[in-house]
Amino acid sequence: MTDVNALLADFAEKEASPPVRGYWSSVANRLRYDYVTLFFLAVILLIVLISVFAPLLAPFDPTKSSMAYRMKPVGFRNFVLGTDELGRDMLSRLLWGGRTSLLMGLVPVALATFIGGILGVLAGFLGGWVNTAIMRTMDIFYAFPSVLLAVAISGTLGGGTKNGMVALTLVFIPSLCRVAESATTQVRGLDFVEAARASGASTLSIVQHHILGNVLGPVFIFASSLISVSILLGSGLSFLGLGVEPPTPDWGLMLSTLRSAIYVQPLVCALPGVAIFITSLSFNLVSDGLRQAMDVKA
Amino acid sequence: MPLDAAVMERPVKATVKAQPLVDVRDLSVKFVSRESTNSAVNGVTFDLMAGEVLCIIGESGSGKSVTMRALMKLLPPNRTKISGHMRVGAHDITKMSESDMRAIRGSQISMIFQEPMTALDPVYTIGDQIAETVMRHEHCSRAEATARALELLQLVRVPSPERRLKAYPHELSGGLRQRAMIAVALSCKPDLLLADEPTTALDATVQIQVLVLLRKLQQELGMAMIFVTHDLGVAAQIADKVAVMYAGRIVEYGRVSDVLMHPQHPYTLGMLASTVHGNMRGQEIEAIPGSPPDLRRPIQGCSFTPRCKFAVKDCLQASPPVVQLDNGQYAACIRAGKGAMPAAPQA
Amino acid sequence: MNATAPASAAITEQIDERDRGGKRQPMLIADKLKKYFPIRSGVLQRQVGEVKAVDEVSFAVLKGETLGIVGESGCGKSTLARLLMHLIPKDSGDLIFDGDPVGGVRGITLRELRRNMQMVFQDSYSSLNPRLPVQDSIAYGPRVHGMDYKDARKLAADLLDKVGLRAAMFGARYPHELSGGQKQRVNIARALALNPRMLILDEAVSALDKSVEAQVLNLLAHLKREFNLTYLFISHDLNVVQYISDRVLVMYLGQVVEIGPVDDIYNAPRHPYSRALLESRLSMDPAQRVIEPPISGDPPNPINPPSGCRFRTRCAFAEDICASSTPLLGAVSTQNHFVACHMASAGSGHSKAGLAH
Repeated sequence: MTDVNALLADFAEKEASPPVRGYWSSVANRLRYDYVTLFFLAVILLIVLISVFAPLLAPFDPTKSSMAYRMKPVGFRNFVLGTDELGRDMLSRLLWGGRTSLLMGLVPVALATFIGGILGVLAGFLGGWVNTAIMRTMDIFYAFPSVLLAVAISGTLGGGTKNGMVALTLVFIPSLCRVAESATTQVRGLDFVEAARASGASTLSIVQHHILGNVLGPVFIFASSLISVSILLGSGLSFLGLGVEPPTPDWGLMLSTLRSAIYVQPLVCALPGVAIFITSLSFNLVSDGLRQAMDVKA
Repeated sequence: MPLDAAVMERPVKATVKAQPLVDVRDLSVKFVSRESTNSAVNGVTFDLMAGEVLCIIGESGSGKSVTMRALMKLLPPNRTKISGHMRVGAHDITKMSESDMRAIRGSQISMIFQEPMTALDPVYTIGDQIAETVMRHEHCSRAEATARALELLQLVRVPSPERRLKAYPHELSGGLRQRAMIAVALSCKPDLLLADEPTTALDATVQIQVLVLLRKLQQELGMAMIFVTHDLGVAAQIADKVAVMYAGRIVEYGRVSDVLMHPQHPYTLGMLASTVHGNMRGQEIEAIPGSPPDLRRPIQGCSFTPRCKFAVKDCLQASPPVVQLDNGQYAACIRAGKGAMPAAPQA
Repeated sequence: MNATAPASAAITEQIDERDRGGKRQPMLIADKLKKYFPIRSGVLQRQVGEVKAVDEVSFAVLKGETLGIVGESGCGKSTLARLLMHLIPKDSGDLIFDGDPVGGVRGITLRELRRNMQMVFQDSYSSLNPRLPVQDSIAYGPRVHGMDYKDARKLAADLLDKVGLRAAMFGARYPHELSGGQKQRVNIARALALNPRMLILDEAVSALDKSVEAQVLNLLAHLKREFNLTYLFISHDLNVVQYISDRVLVMYLGQVVEIGPVDDIYNAPRHPYSRALLESRLSMDPAQRVIEPPISGDPPNPINPPSGCRFRTRCAFAEDICASSTPLLGAVSTQNHFVACHMASAGSGHSKAGLAH
């Protein structure tokens, strides 16, 4: 009988030892097989690298104009992607413009995630009048369409990159706060939080150890889906003359100033739009992929 | 799988040599995802005569619910690989299209679920939902359908049925909701009723009412029923035949009295021994050690071996033979029928 | 109230240095606990009614015993568990732990109570934090009470071994990598981490498969001896309660209808509800099928419970007196068996009062 027992022990050992894996590493493992997401993640990385190294990559000074070379088509002499209405090199402007667009996409979302997240977790965990106060205030902001709100805020604050970011941050705080609040409310009622309370833990300790880890996921997913929105809104603000100020290269601003030349050089005029499209699409698809990978029933 | 051969050769014992209503042969279901393949059902074979009740007993992950959903074609087609044969009445389920399937769902085969709240539509009244089903399958007028709905509520013994016709699902108690779901399922007089743990979520005093009702209805209407449960007591209450499933296979099959009183498979025996009752007070319960195998990995030999107290070396070598007894009972175990198994505890 | 009088049975022989009140002092006394949940509706959230979840419930849990609480959904047994743990505030009533009132000037603090009394939740996906390795979930309680990280980890490892999970193999795992039975073992280990004297087990084995349930029940019996524990075992499964309990308390719509030694309750139930509940059990023998259900209907909604005796709407023996006056818990036959039924109290005005049945 001993060899049977040895066999069985071996069997039990194999049976009982699946690879030990944390939540985030299992997310990473799922992402590994998601080629679409990986591809667009690579695209985003490329855009980031290009923006970071724009000064090295740009063949010309993006702000140097030349009346002689206005509105030249794609592939005209050294201007690989043509020139704009002031004769500035399109390629250089697009490369530099990525910087402002990415900043416009990432900074407001990051700030709003931080502020909205804190407010949402507070409202969700404390409940009662704190919840009512925070959430009703958010509802007031939420009642306005986001574009209108962004325009109104940056209109009040005045133009400029910094003010544009502040406006976008304010626009995103309510929705992020809502997501954080609903996730917190959900987690707060679960048995393991009750168990933590039953062990005599303080509110702060429970939030830190049991709430945050479970709320961060959904908040993070939602925030990642806002990046593309932020890029679009930022471009929109610049297009309206409320965000980035000339002559700083920015995709939205470029689209705005080039629109009068749409019948002269349609291809050149469309380039900033294409850049915005590719960037926001990439962020959007990566966010979708992340959501799928993170949607594991734990 | 040897079980098929044995069951296929099974002599039909009924006086009339009728064809069974349900005939499932070598059914396998695999759930395929990018990371793994889960072999949830591995070669299940059984048949069921019209008017009979079969209980499929098993624990979570044994494949009992999957088997039933496969029979109803309710599994997501893009992630599921189904092989084998399934026939209900004159219909070859395996080959049927989704639209043909829709026509017989609800009319010839009906299903009731564990949680009626998810099976009933919250925005329609109970009466509307029953009438809707009747109209869809029998193409009658709304007035006729509503009259039929009232009859059905009376049939499932809902008190003051006229009032309940106008009630929404959330206005009913758990037991009444379950009865309403049964009424919907019976609205077109199905030949076969599939029941997926319909009493598990109910309180004890309500569970017994629903079980007694289902048994009565099944006999009055002469329909066949496949009843999935994890509770041996439920099977004892309602079944004619039982099939015990473990790790996606039927490990034992037979008349309910034979299987529950004289189990031949160590798993059935273990289930009986570990079901608690009062006269075991103060004693250690004879629990089955360990947990069921991970069906994402290939299994060699008998899947119960690691938990079986009778295991010998041969158990790990090959799939166990299906041993047939004179009374129509079968067990997939090399020891079955040898009489060395201790008798089941008397409840 | 009489039901709180200590019984001589089931008192542990071991000496526990944590003991303050002496052997005969009940571990826990609940006196007239009450919890109504208001029901609000409309724009102004006006209160339109209340769920009488726990209505003046009194009982005692003796040292070293297992008190089983049975009842159907909506009877308030889970609310009662959360009231005892102070996870929800009570409307009124008192709690006395080993002779010390909980809260108040001379009593023990909530923190002390929670160190001595812990709860095991029903196994489900929500009972363990999905983002924490199970050893950290177990170590969390001791850390909260000031143990340093290394010691807490070591304690967690010891406890994992005690509940039958090898710490080296399971400690670093996340809940989704464990089976239902393994998760429930972790839940039990977490409850034991503060070295409590009493465990409240709220449907602790209900979600488990039968074969796993048996393993966990064996484990509970073993731990009770090893750690000198007192159990309050809440379940809807009558067989499990009979197996594990020394005394049984039957609840119906927020009230205690019967309490007594397990054998008295199971062999000679005095309340018609207890009898119906017991008759609803399913036999394992197909030859003993139930043909006629013992009672009809569902438990009524606890929002507006019937007047007088709450069971009268489903009771075959209901008379006028049952609607007009609420039966009180009174002693029957043996001194530790109490029932709240007019039929059991002589002179109540019920035609069957005082008759043995």
